[in-house]
Amino acid sequence: MSVTRIPPKRRQGLLFDRSSEGTRGYDPPALDVPPAPPLEERFVREEIPGFPQLSERQVVRHYTRISRLNYGNDDGIYPLGSCTMKYNPKVHEKIARLDGFAEAHPLLPAEAVQGCLQVMAELERFLCEICGMDAFTLQPAAGAQGELTGILMARAYHESRGNPRQVVLIPDSAHGTNPASAHLCGYRVEEIPSDSRGCIDLAKLRGRVAEDVALLMLTNPNTLGVFESDTGEICEAVHARGGLVYCDGANLNAFVGVARPGDTGVDLMHTNLHKTFSTPHGGGGPGSGPVGVKEPLGRFLPIPRIERREGAYLLRNDFPDSIGRVRSFYGNFGMHVRAYAYILANGAAGLKEIAETAVLNANYVRKRLEGTYHLPYPTPSLHEVVFSDKGLEKTGVHTLDVAKRLIDYGFHPPTIYFPLIVKGALMIEPTESEGIQELDAFADALLRIAQEAQEDPEVVRTAPHSAPIGRLDEAAAARRPVLRWTPGSAR
Amino acid sequence: MLRTIGVDTIEKLFESIPSQWRLDRPLDLPPPAPEQNLVAHLRDLSRRNLDPDESVSFLGAGAYRHFIPAVVDHLLSRSEFYSSYTPYQPEVSQGTLQAIFEFQTLICQLASLDVANASLYDGASALAEGILLAHRARRRRRVVALETVHPEYLQTSRTLVSAPGMEIETIPAREDGAADLRRVAAALDGDTAALVVQQPNFLGRIEEIEPLAEAAHAAGALLVVVVAEAVSLGLLKGPGEQGADVVLGEAQSFGIPLSFGGPYLGFMAVRSEHLRDLPGRLVGQARDSQGRTGYVLTLATREQHIRREKATSNICTNEGLCALAASIFLATVGKRGLRELAEQNRCRAEYARESLSSLPGCRLPHPGPLFNEFVLEFPREALPVHGALLKKGIVAGLPLSRYFPDRKRNVLLCFTELSSRLQIDRLVKALREAL
Amino acid sequence: MTDKQAAYPTDRHYTREHEWIAVQGGVGTVGITYYAQSELGDVVFVELPEKGQALVAGEEFGTIESVKAVSEVYAPVSGEVLEGNPSLREHPEKVNSDPYGEGWLLKVRIGSPKELEGLLSAEQYHAFVEEEAN
Repeated sequence: MSVTRIPPKRRQGLLFDRSSEGTRGYDPPALDVPPAPPLEERFVREEIPGFPQLSERQVVRHYTRISRLNYGNDDGIYPLGSCTMKYNPKVHEKIARLDGFAEAHPLLPAEAVQGCLQVMAELERFLCEICGMDAFTLQPAAGAQGELTGILMARAYHESRGNPRQVVLIPDSAHGTNPASAHLCGYRVEEIPSDSRGCIDLAKLRGRVAEDVALLMLTNPNTLGVFESDTGEICEAVHARGGLVYCDGANLNAFVGVARPGDTGVDLMHTNLHKTFSTPHGGGGPGSGPVGVKEPLGRFLPIPRIERREGAYLLRNDFPDSIGRVRSFYGNFGMHVRAYAYILANGAAGLKEIAETAVLNANYVRKRLEGTYHLPYPTPSLHEVVFSDKGLEKTGVHTLDVAKRLIDYGFHPPTIYFPLIVKGALMIEPTESEGIQELDAFADALLRIAQEAQEDPEVVRTAPHSAPIGRLDEAAAARRPVLRWTPGSAR
Repeated sequence: MLRTIGVDTIEKLFESIPSQWRLDRPLDLPPPAPEQNLVAHLRDLSRRNLDPDESVSFLGAGAYRHFIPAVVDHLLSRSEFYSSYTPYQPEVSQGTLQAIFEFQTLICQLASLDVANASLYDGASALAEGILLAHRARRRRRVVALETVHPEYLQTSRTLVSAPGMEIETIPAREDGAADLRRVAAALDGDTAALVVQQPNFLGRIEEIEPLAEAAHAAGALLVVVVAEAVSLGLLKGPGEQGADVVLGEAQSFGIPLSFGGPYLGFMAVRSEHLRDLPGRLVGQARDSQGRTGYVLTLATREQHIRREKATSNICTNEGLCALAASIFLATVGKRGLRELAEQNRCRAEYARESLSSLPGCRLPHPGPLFNEFVLEFPREALPVHGALLKKGIVAGLPLSRYFPDRKRNVLLCFTELSSRLQIDRLVKALREAL
Repeated sequence: MTDKQAAYPTDRHYTREHEWIAVQGGVGTVGITYYAQSELGDVVFVELPEKGQALVAGEEFGTIESVKAVSEVYAPVSGEVLEGNPSLREHPEKVNSDPYGEGWLLKVRIGSPKELEGLLSAEQYHAFVEEEAN
């Protein structure tokens, strides 16, 4: 009897394991100036043991091989709820790399960077129009930094009126960055429960709003993908007691071009360019989280601000009430350029179509899956839908297992265990970038997995079976953390 | 599809949005641009900036012009890297996770410290995070910082740490631009969480880290060393071996283009005892049931999505792709290459300093060891001179009055491996004519 | 631990925050219950107070981290911390494997024994857990 053996796949190993003494990938140009007298020894470092020494070819091989261990957005649907993993247009990569942008130094005088300033000024204007706000800052480097900026501005507003107040109210369905940001601004966070629709409980909110509340942060649509239709009353209730309302715009993809957060009465908001506006997620950034405000709050915006005067753009710092800076220079300009191009490419009609398709796709997936997977809230979904694993308990299969088994079917799992108000949450956001074929394939896979949970739960509970690696022992990794390679370490 | 859902129009799907908010007009935006027009328009805008091919720049001050090998962009453009999300599902993200693990290692090696995170937004916000870490670690409210830390980093830190109630006191440098140890020691007290110094400092001067570390530790404070020009770590000692408890800053110099100020790459490395106070994501090694080694986001209980209001930071999305660019850059230049790159920077800056000091009426206000930047003083106001040279396509550094209004006659000049002898000589000649 | 006796040992008091305290001669040993550790998952890190620190009944004195969650632990009684369990630094998993024995969290010199009267017995705690689960 003969057995065909497939040799185990070659493991790539770390950069440091592949190094060999004396190899190099880069030759600096010849020194055309006289060599300088050496620096005093006490300043100079010794050779770093184990720092990489690789040829260019080895570097290319290394990163090409490890890139193949990733599932990217160009591989298939990436249905992570609240992340809006839409298609990243390739033309943006070309545009962002134009020399005039890529080589622009942030500290050049304004007359030497009119092109960059124009991109930013026009993007600010577009975002005002799209979001229904009066002014924007492009400085925050991500959504979380945008929240922080917004809360700092709210604080500055209240301080200017004599009392910073103590509390920020946040719905229990909120993303974790919301309470973290509020806390960093010195506020105490209190949760407002969600009602049976999955929306902010208006009665409970009305009961809690008082003069110690600086801000209410809401997400619209919320993290269940449901529109907070009481936003008007919510804003009224908060405004009546002198507080402000902040809108986390992470889910703007649900209604861009159809409605505007500013029109619902909110005072501040942020939007994520790496979500609604298609800039690539990059495996964890860079992002960009511009913050928009209604006019009385404009004076608190971070500096510098861009202004147009007599046909030229300039940067102004003379805003004495500004909260200051939240990062160096002007924000992630590389993302501004891409988002700007995206808005120009789509126009008003295109943006509206994006929201319509995103909502259509999410509702289609919902329809195909409801009845098989448990839907905790019957309220209509916009661009994302949340299921739970309730009903699967008897089989011993949980949300985590369903997610891992999806990998075997060739899909990236949806967001799991968020929002916290749903036990075993499975949050699916297909985005507008998927056609019916991909949606059907995805829904079919989930339906198959539900069946497998009944017929063969073990295969689901031990998934994935076809990925480059199986489930990792995260507890052991956290108990004895190994966070870097060290010379002489075994693999 | 509509049939499957059970509605007859798409509008019905938006009924949950109250009608008073549904727009009855299209947004007021330009008409959609086909790709050809889009590219033409953006190309036109890009040309309304200083033409990098027709100009030569000696501007640094926190953003540095370095050579970026072609492989960096080539590998970065693999969509498996740039189009993927944060690696919450490790089984399908081993590429990203391994690259971050390697990045963490590289930063530790350069900083000479034990553990580094997966990135922060930029050097300025990294400093703010470092100050908050010191606050958590020491439970004290004051920070003493040298005035020669990048002004935008200090400004950012003031904005971001004011709410938790922290105070930052700045200490002026000595005349020669270096830290005034006596003044620093006098400012440190029992309520100081950290002493902050930049290396090399904003004026280009290399600082003596050991005595500052001693002074900080004697007062029970942490020493935080800020690095704005990361290539300097190829030549200078890792601040960790000189007593720094935290090394943080900006790694834009490692393969990331200037891009008008962003995206950039903040980094932070700390001693292992501060691990649990470290903000940002961490990737650790783990094994699966078959014993295979893999990588996974770990110690997430410090972070916002679990700890929520008790998190070490609110950071979620960071600068992942930039960290990848930096890793590819460092892997390509390698041990010897980074050292040579750093030495070239220094040689060119020293040559420039020598040549410029001979200009009539000019002087060097801060003599002493430098890396690739230094301050030059003109016999008269710098802004008009700077403007005259700009018209000739020469960016003569940064007029210091931008940050220090009383330093009207100073410019901060930067020389990297991209500053050829010809270009430096041209700068000298142009200044001679202008002055 | 399907054995009721093992999951709810009767030789100690319990709190509604899922801590237990076993008293011997004015010194209480404190830990978390079997139910608590099973809800938390694999424990990876335990943060405990320093020797000599004062405990106030009902107030948080430390945290227990698993991979995906963090839980505060609350003092069942007031008193002075005598010692935190030193073996949990290297072996936090003991909280899972032996929550009533080797997984103990700290020892406290009890300030006022009257406070013990307000705590739950094993029976009462078991009933409380059943109620919570439904």
